[in-house]
Amino acid sequence: MKISVSMLALTAALGLAGAARADDKNVKLGVLTDMAGLYADAGGKGSVVAAQMAVEDSGLAAKGWKIDIVSADHQNKPDVGVNISRQWADQDKVDGIFDVLTSSVALAVGGVAKDKNLVYMNSGAAASDLTNSACSPNLVHWTYDTYMLANGTGKAVTKAGGDSWFFVTADYAFGQALERDTTAVVVANGGKVLGDARHPLSSSDFSSYLLQAQASKAKVIGLANAGADTTNSIKQASEFGVTAGGQKLAALLLFASDVHALGLKVAQGLQFTVSFYWDANDGTRAFAKRFSDRMANKQMPTMVQAGVYASVNHYLKTLAAMGGNPHDGAKVVARMKEIPTEDTLFGKGSIEPNGRVVHPAYLYQVKTPAESKGDWDIAKLVATIPADEAFTPLAQSTCAMLKK
Amino acid sequence: MFGISAPALLAQLLVGLINGSFYALLSLGLAVIFGLLNVINFAHGALFMMGAFVAYFLLNLAGVGYWGALVLAPIVVGAFGVLLERTMLRRIANLDHLYGLLLTFGLALIIQGVFQNYFGSSGLPYAIPAELQGARNLGFMFLPNYRAWVVVFSIAVCFATWFAIEKTQLGALLRAATENPALVRAFGVNVPRMITLTYGFGVGLAGLAGVLAAPINQVRPLMGADLIIVVFAVVVIGGMGSILGSILTGFALGVVEGLTKYFYPEASNTVVFVIMALVLMIKPAGLFGRTA
Repeated sequence: MKISVSMLALTAALGLAGAARADDKNVKLGVLTDMAGLYADAGGKGSVVAAQMAVEDSGLAAKGWKIDIVSADHQNKPDVGVNISRQWADQDKVDGIFDVLTSSVALAVGGVAKDKNLVYMNSGAAASDLTNSACSPNLVHWTYDTYMLANGTGKAVTKAGGDSWFFVTADYAFGQALERDTTAVVVANGGKVLGDARHPLSSSDFSSYLLQAQASKAKVIGLANAGADTTNSIKQASEFGVTAGGQKLAALLLFASDVHALGLKVAQGLQFTVSFYWDANDGTRAFAKRFSDRMANKQMPTMVQAGVYASVNHYLKTLAAMGGNPHDGAKVVARMKEIPTEDTLFGKGSIEPNGRVVHPAYLYQVKTPAESKGDWDIAKLVATIPADEAFTPLAQSTCAMLKK
Repeated sequence: MFGISAPALLAQLLVGLINGSFYALLSLGLAVIFGLLNVINFAHGALFMMGAFVAYFLLNLAGVGYWGALVLAPIVVGAFGVLLERTMLRRIANLDHLYGLLLTFGLALIIQGVFQNYFGSSGLPYAIPAELQGARNLGFMFLPNYRAWVVVFSIAVCFATWFAIEKTQLGALLRAATENPALVRAFGVNVPRMITLTYGFGVGLAGLAGVLAAPINQVRPLMGADLIIVVFAVVVIGGMGSILGSILTGFALGVVEGLTKYFYPEASNTVVFVIMALVLMIKPAGLFGRTA
């Protein structure tokens, strides 16, 4: 009895301590991304700009909040990403980590976020493993994942008659996850996979892999890679007469920045799946214009950068609702899941118990040069994938947290 | 190894030869610069990238197409190289190799950083010239006409360079100037100017390779950084400063890499370095190098 009384006192004391800290209005955000590599246009500096815009738009500074943003380059290397996040947690007292594109880095940083009890809002990485086998109470996964990509582009291409596939895959967590999830969709829709060729991340020559794909006689060549790997694959595929030979290219992950870089002449007709396109409505256009004005290369935001904006927005909204920053990652994320998500970029959505943010996704098609009215007028909407179909159904999620 | 058809193998060999063309052109420039100036030019990749960008700007700002760029871009990049040599490299000519390496490495980072800031990382499109579009069916593979052109043109440029340096009066003078500058100067030759122009020429070769690569790869700030490390391995394997060595090794390693991509793609990024380690253990001066 005595023990339980003292336990009670202790709990009360802790509760008081917690309450005393709860009106702490200092927040530190860390944007961890690829600043100079092959994914830097999808995230990079644009992700930092997006985070700054979200902080400014929150209006919290006027209400006495002090919100700092730090950023770092993980160079697409898991070990570098882990070291930076550890340092952010231990020395710099960062509360939340944002963006973290490159799935291999994202999965590794997930471990640190859980150990150090940080908020971890990933809006850049694609591997659906983040909210399945690697899910954690500290993680929220925004924007997209390989399941969404497979069910967007993969499904559309298979249903349009592309029933035999050959994959050209970036040989790391992301490419493997994308190939796995797309294979499932292809098979489920009556197609078959004839083989794959796996290339190291950040390659410059794809002719070897494209020749293998050509020799396979598959109807569809699925590009399970991203960024400059994808643009170079597409460019070289057109050079080797892949499409002229009757095969169809499916770029399973294509960012707006990639399409712009390729030029419409090469990219026209390609379909791609995104959850955000800058020219979708007045809200996204207004955001895109403000964003582009702040970028040295005047680029339009990609869905990764939009995801950083939306996730910072939701994080700050949650903190404001809590009345202060408890500096407790799991606690904030738990509260975050209770609040519906809403912003001008992704519309209304919600966060599932496994950390997956669900919102609609869209299948776009790259315009022909004749259809395009400007430098960034690159795509037209083909289909909308409703939120409940775009992401892994909860019943199928292998996240361990769901089984408790 | 099993179930591999002869056509597939032939195709991979040819693809390897195409990549080898770039290795050969780049390592040739490096070899010329190292052989005659003793500078380990780490800025070579950045200058290769500049060549591609110059081609892009010539097309989009001045309306000069691919063939014009093939002549003009190397000159622009070469002139930039001359500027670098005159203002910076010259000052460290008498110091340890390490200083040249550090200086050019720093320059490469700055040049890449500036381009990245203004043009982003995904790069800009550059189309294959109309005359070289299309592909021909060789029976075992589709060979894009442009790639065939790259191989033929690179071999011609490599041979011409080798001939100029090893077999002509001018080349003899150049080689003499590096052996004993004072003596050559006594013959009334302007040695510093010769060295400047040599650097400009080596760098111009990088610019030329950049123009050749522009229609194949995206024109992007990191296109050189991805290549340069492999090219250095090629130079080391061939023997530092050996002109013929760098050319032959460039083509040979392209082929080896191409085959690796087919048989065991996981090793395709490392195979060149494994060979480098082996060569250094057996022949430290490189396959074609003379032991100092």
